[in-house]
Amino acid sequence: MSDLAETLMPIAELRRNQPRFRGLEAGHLACLGCGQALAARLVTEAAGPDVVVANATGCLEVFTTAWPQSAWRVPWLHSLFENAAAVASGMEAALRAQGKSSKVFAFGGDGGTFDIGFQALSGMLERGHNVLYVCFDNEAYMNTGVQRSSSTPHAAMTTTSPPGKARMGKRHLKKDIISIIAAHNIPYAATASVAYPSDIRKKVRRALEIDGPAFINIHSPCPLGWGHDGSLSIEVARLAVECGLFPIIELERGALTGTMPLRAPRPVTDYLKPQQRFAHLFQNDPRAKEELEHLQALADHNIETYGLRGERPDPLDSAGADTVRRGGVRWA
Amino acid sequence: MLQALEGSQAIAQAVALCRPQVVAAYPITPQTHIVEGLARLIADGKLQCELVSVESEFSAASVALGAVAAGSRAYTASASQGILLMSEVLYNIAGLRVPLVMTCANRAVSAPLSIWNDQQDSMAVRDAGWIQLYCADNQEAVDTTVQAYRIAERTELPVMVCVDGFTLTHTLEPLEIPSQDQVDAFLPPFHFARTLDPLHPISSGTLVSPEYYTEARHAHHQALLRAKDEIVAADSDWAVLTGRVSGGLLEVDGPDDARVAILTLGSVFGTLLDAREEYPQLGSVKLIKLRAFRPFPIEALQQVCMGLSDVIVLERALSPGSGGIVGAEVRAALTELSAAPQVHNFAVGLGGRDVPLDIYPRLLAAIRSASPVRFAILDVELDKLTVEDR
Repeated sequence: MSDLAETLMPIAELRRNQPRFRGLEAGHLACLGCGQALAARLVTEAAGPDVVVANATGCLEVFTTAWPQSAWRVPWLHSLFENAAAVASGMEAALRAQGKSSKVFAFGGDGGTFDIGFQALSGMLERGHNVLYVCFDNEAYMNTGVQRSSSTPHAAMTTTSPPGKARMGKRHLKKDIISIIAAHNIPYAATASVAYPSDIRKKVRRALEIDGPAFINIHSPCPLGWGHDGSLSIEVARLAVECGLFPIIELERGALTGTMPLRAPRPVTDYLKPQQRFAHLFQNDPRAKEELEHLQALADHNIETYGLRGERPDPLDSAGADTVRRGGVRWA
Repeated sequence: MLQALEGSQAIAQAVALCRPQVVAAYPITPQTHIVEGLARLIADGKLQCELVSVESEFSAASVALGAVAAGSRAYTASASQGILLMSEVLYNIAGLRVPLVMTCANRAVSAPLSIWNDQQDSMAVRDAGWIQLYCADNQEAVDTTVQAYRIAERTELPVMVCVDGFTLTHTLEPLEIPSQDQVDAFLPPFHFARTLDPLHPISSGTLVSPEYYTEARHAHHQALLRAKDEIVAADSDWAVLTGRVSGGLLEVDGPDDARVAILTLGSVFGTLLDAREEYPQLGSVKLIKLRAFRPFPIEALQQVCMGLSDVIVLERALSPGSGGIVGAEVRAALTELSAAPQVHNFAVGLGGRDVPLDIYPRLLAAIRSASPVRFAILDVELDKLTVEDR
């Protein structure tokens, strides 16, 4: 008992001394403008201290836990690149067996989620573990030097999908992960973007209410991999949403239950232009024009599929979602 | 009370007596009956446990890892391709110093596909940093399973209990299942010092630079070396409780004055014991049962091999392009002796090939030649091969 009181103190103190509980502390080694660092902080902040985290190999692990330091204030374990979902399943089963209710998180990048860890993720969702899986989607293997993943958008440049005389960047479409996840009929699946912090918080809290698997894919710009200035991360992330290339949606038991409408959809070029990874699409090349049209068509398709075009000005749309105004409605 | 039980069923009962809280496994022959047995016990309410039926061996090991890290006693079992599929996680479990127990129902590795027994699967992961204990019969499999939990939890090292597929797993033997009271007296409730607990947050499995990695590996190596004492202690304490010994690190059977010894792992030991009785005219021969392969009991092995003229290493793990895996290690250990015995290395019984009693006279005949047999596969029938493959 004395042991318990002793250990409760620091957390109680933390709660008093900080405006919010920080699961991920400042002082880690992430690059300037890292979307993932911001997203991970928002997720853990919203969840509070009663969580256990299984983390896939990747930037998040590397920049937060260079031994003998750690930026985590929550129990955290990194095992391998491809087994965060399975390790989290084991943690959840263990806590269930012990009669504990701490929430289990699994964190992965798009490589560990869309590709190499996909099988373990699918297994976890199918078995219905009470785990929130968060994918920090920066659309390539950033930790190893920017190679394409199945999340890399069509036509984007990476070191393994370089544009050249014969190719215009990545040749395949970004994997529609959220549809595949939703097809598991899990209680809750959503996309989010670091450009909308209160939306992330809302979705994390929604996921925490659920007894069962939940999945959130958070669009997280990588200034290094995308080739934009670090100070533009939030703006670039917002443009991805506003042009329709990264739709913000919620699905419950596979059915679409929420979208963030676009007040005035922007052309995809607004989003692509600030990023070096799409620079080859803005050269005087007929193929570039074709690819831009292709990307615009993909955005239009998303807008149609999810009905993103708001019919009237809406305080909850992509332009108003995170603005706070007196007497107004906040997104979350 | 003796009861006739299939090896797998006996192992399942032994695991259940250890009160695991999480069992995660994927079916693979010849391991399946073990997990089926556990699933039956759980379904019947005889074992309170979370059974996580995963989508692959990779996840089986991962789930077990997560479960132990979160503070629960866990169990998994696999074989052959399954061991290889989970091999990355096996290294990880050991490196994270997670005290997990698993059964490896030893089976050959394809290609060509074989579901039958040899020991290349567990030998392929011998350097993962696990304790590896090999069982000669099903009574040992039961006793070693219980001991494994104590060894694992005291050393914070994972333990792989290796039992020969089919030869043991699918064979009925009269054996004694310990009582729950005996197991409870031997195995305290699981407490993992580095549990992931929101009240005491820790970070585990962090990035380690070259500045610290060497130290981590050194610590792991030392832990395995220290584990030798725990393996011996577990066996002798279990003997006090049940009257049964499994051999500690290794076991020797035979007259002290014997100049020849045959060393083996697993169920072939029983075959050799019978064979020695069958051929008493062939003189006195020691039989050495290597129970712990990791940590490798160098000192104990040197002790029992002192004064021998010949040691025959009979094993079921082939390292293609090199020879026998166990033979090479035994030879290396014995070269340190002043009058080192000659080491003869034979692979036998690969992919479930029968190991008959007359292996014994053949072995003893084979070492009568002038030079030691560095390595040979004993029972190859060359006429089954094309000329260029012979």
